[in-house]
Amino acid sequence: MKTVGKPVVKKDAMALVTGQPVYTDDIAPRDCLIVKVLRSPHANAFVKRVIKERALKVPGIEAVYTWEDVPAKRFTMAGQTYPEPSPYDRLILDRHVRFVGDAVAIVAGADEMCVDQALEVLKVEYEVLPAVLDFRKAKDHEVLVHPEEDWRALCQVGADNRRNLCASGGMHKGDVDKVLADCDVVVTNSYHVQAAQQTMMETFRTFCFLDTYGRLNVVSSTQIVFHVRRILSNALGIPKSKIRAVKPRIGGGFGAKQTAVSEVYPAFVTWMTKKPAKMVFSREETQTASSPRHEMEVSVRIGADKTGKIRAIDVHTLSNTGAYGEHGPTTVGLSGTKSISLYGGLEAHRFTYDVVYTNKMSAGAYRGYGATQGIYAVECAVNELAGKLSLDPVELRLHNMVREGQVMPAYYGETNTSCALDRCLLRVKDMIGWEEKYPCKEIGNGKVRSVGVAMGMQSSGIPGVDVGSATVRLNEDGIYTLLIGAADMGTGCDTILAQMAAECLECSVDSVIVSGADTDTSPYDSGSYASSTTYVTGKAVEKACEKLIQQIKKRACQMLSCGSEELSFDGYQARNLNTKETVTLEEIGTAAMCGNNVALQVTETHSSPVSPPPFMAGAVEIELDRETGQVDIVDYAAVIDCGTVVNPNLARVQAEGGIAQGIGMALYEQVQYTEDGKLLNNSLMQYKIPSRLDVGKLRIEFESSFEPSGPFGAKSIGEIVINTPAPALTHAIYNATGIWFKELPVTSEKIAMALVK
Amino acid sequence: MQISITLNGRKITEDVTPKLLLIDWLRAHGCYSVKRGCETSNCGLCTVFMEDKPVLSCSVLAVRADGKRIETLEGLKEEAEEFGAFIAGQGAEQCGFCNPGMIMNAIALFRENPEPTEEEIKEYLAGNLCRCSGYEGQLRGIQEFLSYKKGGGAQ
Repeated sequence: MKTVGKPVVKKDAMALVTGQPVYTDDIAPRDCLIVKVLRSPHANAFVKRVIKERALKVPGIEAVYTWEDVPAKRFTMAGQTYPEPSPYDRLILDRHVRFVGDAVAIVAGADEMCVDQALEVLKVEYEVLPAVLDFRKAKDHEVLVHPEEDWRALCQVGADNRRNLCASGGMHKGDVDKVLADCDVVVTNSYHVQAAQQTMMETFRTFCFLDTYGRLNVVSSTQIVFHVRRILSNALGIPKSKIRAVKPRIGGGFGAKQTAVSEVYPAFVTWMTKKPAKMVFSREETQTASSPRHEMEVSVRIGADKTGKIRAIDVHTLSNTGAYGEHGPTTVGLSGTKSISLYGGLEAHRFTYDVVYTNKMSAGAYRGYGATQGIYAVECAVNELAGKLSLDPVELRLHNMVREGQVMPAYYGETNTSCALDRCLLRVKDMIGWEEKYPCKEIGNGKVRSVGVAMGMQSSGIPGVDVGSATVRLNEDGIYTLLIGAADMGTGCDTILAQMAAECLECSVDSVIVSGADTDTSPYDSGSYASSTTYVTGKAVEKACEKLIQQIKKRACQMLSCGSEELSFDGYQARNLNTKETVTLEEIGTAAMCGNNVALQVTETHSSPVSPPPFMAGAVEIELDRETGQVDIVDYAAVIDCGTVVNPNLARVQAEGGIAQGIGMALYEQVQYTEDGKLLNNSLMQYKIPSRLDVGKLRIEFESSFEPSGPFGAKSIGEIVINTPAPALTHAIYNATGIWFKELPVTSEKIAMALVK
Repeated sequence: MQISITLNGRKITEDVTPKLLLIDWLRAHGCYSVKRGCETSNCGLCTVFMEDKPVLSCSVLAVRADGKRIETLEGLKEEAEEFGAFIAGQGAEQCGFCNPGMIMNAIALFRENPEPTEEEIKEYLAGNLCRCSGYEGQLRGIQEFLSYKKGGGAQ
């Protein structure tokens, strides 16, 4: 292959490294009204009265809106395909506020100073209600987070607002209790994962204006332009055709921007005032009123015979969706499907779950989407099982892991069509020096070096749901335009999709202009999430290019007066094989604009009935100080099977970035609440993401399988990379201390205190 | 109150409110490379040069820059392009939002210490957070840039 598989530089790279104004706030009109939200100080309360008068008198204030001013029809902010599994449980502003940080009023004014002043003098009288803060007690609690009559679930997800249930359900194969009772060794544990924050560097932000035709134009830092259009249509009660959603460059997403966190507020202001309006979330708002990972408690029972054959896995997940149900019913599923399915040939498995509402910040989508939590739990249990069986954890995995060709009953019954997980694990074992280093080595001065290992998997799009489309057009100068609705959020999808187009069209990547995403001009795409863009949209690009070549040839045949069997085309010129006469691509492009009936523009759409999982093995070496509990990462080795690697540079950086996020989640990123439900870690001073001094050495390799259903054999890379650090680090910490930590993050303090006991 | 700042070589004199932050003054003057990632001086995204020294423009009042020279990435286009190409060569720019601050601080490092060790690079840039790259690609880019410079700027 000429361009697929090459480390092509991202198309937007030079604009980004030279600081060009390409992000939402850089391109917002200067005369935008500034929009801010007054947020509830209470975890559960009714707004009795909002005293607006003084706020409205502040010079420059345009409007103050409260629950009385907004449409009374519930919607969800989750960016999902309709009908959304997430319940319709929100209003733009609700009289009932359900967490500390919930929106009470919207203030719009000429500048930040007057809006801040108005927020200070805006007085609210609340009727404070008891709150449900402990997610373990939320189900069937006497306090209901959503007691309202107009709450509704569009899909059968086992939701019941009268029981604080956002979803519940399960699946099984065989009699798990019976098989576990017959096992020689069973490990039973519960693992707690906190609501970690995506912490993309660009906070949520949106600006809106009315265009020439009176339509609401929404420019937003979002992964999901088409879903944003529907969400705003639902929220504002206006037709979708009245809305256009566009995304410029995005300063990171990681799933955070798969929820319409900031869009509704400036959209409502612009729709009401007919004036441009802009909202930029502060970091504090982003930490306290956004869409973090679902807090989960994952209970695992795993049984094996004494030879080390894993016979059954039983997983129960309790997930905390917080005050609203965005992504609640769907994230939980991955905690079972993508953890149990790492192991093949199980005699029985069971996965059950409850997703509960509480009076905490609502959760959303974060890279890994539930798989991260489930894999952390199951991989920790497998490492503990290896100890109980006195087997090497790498050997135990090699003996039991899912293999290519196996049917995966817990993974929608799909067949594992491409899988190099065995090669990944063997390679990672060598890279880290497992034989010499497992389990640990005293290095003196109270310090110990140890190693840990874990495996992971993810998906490639949502099977039978996600839709990717591409429009490819030949321009008169022989340059192609590729229109997509997928959202490059820094991942480089504009570039890798252009690489695929260039491969098909036999041209250079520079000859492909990429444009997106814009609901008015892009072909429909569900959006960039669920690890779908390379696999699903990539296939649409491949299909569109193949069809466009046929159209180009058709036009060339007309120009060269020959039949298709007498024509050759090499990407740059077409040749009449009989007369040797040629026309260039440029000439074909130009001819398409005069007396032409052959469209040199093709749109293709793709959806996949399957979702072939990428696989990964990760191993870490740490140095742990027994006095202080300090954990330093010496070396992190990871080997990934994402099918064909479309761009090795971008895939490598995806992996390094995902592992660093996983390290933060495993060791430092702490989510703490006060007794009355206020989040303490509300800034980057308190919520510590890894700096470049904290990540150690990250080493990435690829062991590619070939996925026949993917474009050029590719699967996905974006999400899987966050799944191994938490279990691998927990394992290494056990190997250094002899203590199993069952709650993330495993901070130095926790380690030091446990060692004192 | 009236202040006078030399921004990227151009002197600007105007009235500002005392509580105006330098970052907001800079963005209002078209320096959109200057980004805000937090409000607590933790992320390094808003790094600019004041009298050739890197400062966090979110933590400096505009009035404190009175009479001073301020440079942003807009004023360092050639250096940004030359060094930035090495970050891009690794695919490590990713979303790009942290790049201007990191590149400003890296340029400050290279001016101060043209041949830094790996440890010195990591320590100097420790205040520049990035959530996309895991930092390794940035490090590779910096090291490649340094060996390119050592070789006299020829690749």
